[in-house]
Amino acid sequence: MQAIKINQLTKFYGKSRGISRLDLSVEKGEFFGFIGPNGAGKSTTIRTLLGLISPTSGSAEIFGKDIVREKQSVLRHIGYLPSEAIFYPGMRVKDILKLSADLRKKDCSREAKELCERLQLDISRRADDLSFGNRKKVAIVCALQSDPDLLILDEPTGGLDPLMQREFFAILKERNQKGTTVFFSSHVLSEVQRNCTRAAIIRDGKIIACDSVEVLAQTSAKRVTIHGKAEIEGLDGIRDIKYAEESFSFLYSGDMNRLLRTLSLGRIDDLTVTEPDLEEVFLHYYEKEDDRV
Amino acid sequence: MTLVKHELRQGKTSFWIWTACVGFLLSVCIFLFPEMKGQMEDIGDLFASMGSFAEAFGMDRLNFGTLVGFYAVECGNILGLGGAFFASLCAVGMLSKEEKDRTSEFLLAHPVSRVRIITEKLVAVFLQITAMNLVVYALSVCSIAAIGEEIPWKEISLMHLAYYLLQIELAGICFGVSAFLNKGSAGVGLGIAVTAYFLNLIANVADVANFLKYVTPFGYCEGADIVANGKIDGAMVAVGIFLCLFGIAAAYIKYARKDIR
Repeated sequence: MQAIKINQLTKFYGKSRGISRLDLSVEKGEFFGFIGPNGAGKSTTIRTLLGLISPTSGSAEIFGKDIVREKQSVLRHIGYLPSEAIFYPGMRVKDILKLSADLRKKDCSREAKELCERLQLDISRRADDLSFGNRKKVAIVCALQSDPDLLILDEPTGGLDPLMQREFFAILKERNQKGTTVFFSSHVLSEVQRNCTRAAIIRDGKIIACDSVEVLAQTSAKRVTIHGKAEIEGLDGIRDIKYAEESFSFLYSGDMNRLLRTLSLGRIDDLTVTEPDLEEVFLHYYEKEDDRV
Repeated sequence: MTLVKHELRQGKTSFWIWTACVGFLLSVCIFLFPEMKGQMEDIGDLFASMGSFAEAFGMDRLNFGTLVGFYAVECGNILGLGGAFFASLCAVGMLSKEEKDRTSEFLLAHPVSRVRIITEKLVAVFLQITAMNLVVYALSVCSIAAIGEEIPWKEISLMHLAYYLLQIELAGICFGVSAFLNKGSAGVGLGIAVTAYFLNLIANVADVANFLKYVTPFGYCEGADIVANGKIDGAMVAVGIFLCLFGIAAAYIKYARKDIR
C-alpha cells in the first residue's frame, strides 16, 4: 500500500509557482528522503499534504485517503515536525505535549515520558525559555508521541547537536522498523544518504529524479583523486576540480582510456576512483541540462 | 472543548486586566456619586447650555441628580468603551494570531477540523465577554448597594444587557475580520470599536445622520433612550444581530478555505 500518492499536484501562490504537476509515491514502511534547496517546493508539497494550503490542481492521497476531502482522517495518521518549532507563549513543555495529545484525543503520556527521557528534555520548563534545539525536541516529541503511521519531517535536525541527532535518527529507525513510514525533507544530503532507502530530488517545483539512494548516487561520473602531477587540461568531461595540499580531485565522465593515457604521461604517486557522494549527485541534478556531467 | 480551555488560558491575563480596569473605574464612579449628587442640579443646567456636546453624550435628556442618570452617562461610557475595546481586541486576534505568531502549523497539523477550530475559538471569545460582564455587573450592583442607594434593577440590568449585546456584536464583526488577517490585528480591532463609538456621537448631534444609530451598536446602548423607554430598541438590536452573524459567517467561510502561510 502507498503511504503517499501524489498525482499531478500543482500549487500556485497567485502567479508565482509553488509546485507544478508533481508526481510522487511513497510506499508504506519506507524511509523516504525529499531533497531540494530552499524555494524548490519542499515545504509547499508538505503544507499541501497537511491541508494547510489547498492545491491549485491535482490530487494527493495518504493511505488511500484524499487529502482535501478526508483531511481530518488523513491528519490522524500523520505526525508532523515543522522546520521551525514555534509554540504558544507562556506554556510549559508538559502543557504543550498535553495540548497536542488532547487535540488528537489520545493519552500519550507514557510515550511522551519515554521520548523526553531519551531526548533529555525537561518538561517543566517554559517553551519560551528553551534554546532553538530544545524547542525542536519539543516538536519532535509532539510529532512522535501519538505513534503515527506516517512521519512528515521538514528539515528535522536543525538546531540539534550531533549526539541528539544520533539519538533522533535511532528513534526514527526504530519506528521505521516497526512499520512507520518516514517522509524526510532535507537539504543535508549526508543525512538522506545515511538514513533513507529512497529519495526524490525536487527542483523548481518539479521532481527531477526519484529512485533508491544507491541508484541516485550512481551517475556516469566518478570522483578521481590524484596524488602527484598530471596535465589534465584538454580532457573532456572534467568538472568540479578540487585542489588539496598534495593532491587534487575532479569529477570525470569522459572516456576512461583517454584519462589513463593522459595520466600515464604525468608522475602519479597514488590514484583513487570512487563513486561521487550524494552531495555531488545533488549538484549534478541542479546543473543546467547542457552542463550536466 | 480542548481549544476553548486553551484559549481561555491564553487570554487569562488580558481578561483579568480588562475586567479589573473596567470594574475598578465603574466602582470608583459609583462611589463618587454621593459626593457629586448635591452639585448635580448646577451641573445639569451647565450641560443643558452645552448644546451639541451634551446631545452627543445624551446628557441633555438625563437627570444627573439621579443615580440612573449619572450611571447612564458616566458608567455607560466606561463600560461602553472599555467593553468594546476588550471584545474587539479579543475577537480580532483570535484567528489571525495563529498566523501572526506562527503557531498555525502546530495547531492545524492536528486532526482537528477548521470548523471546530473556529467554533471553539468563537465560544472562547463569547465566554470571556460573558464572564467579564457578569463580574462587572456584580461589582456595579455591589458598589451601588455599598453607597446606600436603592438599586434601580431594571435600568441597570437593561443598560448592562445593551452593552453586553454591543460587545457580542463587535466581537462577531471583529471575529469575521480576524479570518482575513494574518498580521497585526490590534489596530483593526480598536479602529472598529472607536469608529462605532464616534458614529453614535455623530448620530446624536446631527439629525441627518440619525440612521447611523442602526449601523453602530452604540445606538441601542444610549442610556437616555433606555431609561426613557424602559427597553432596548429591538430594531437596532436586530440589525446588530444580523451584522454579528454576518461577521461570524464570514469567519467560517473564509477560514475554512484559507491558505495558511
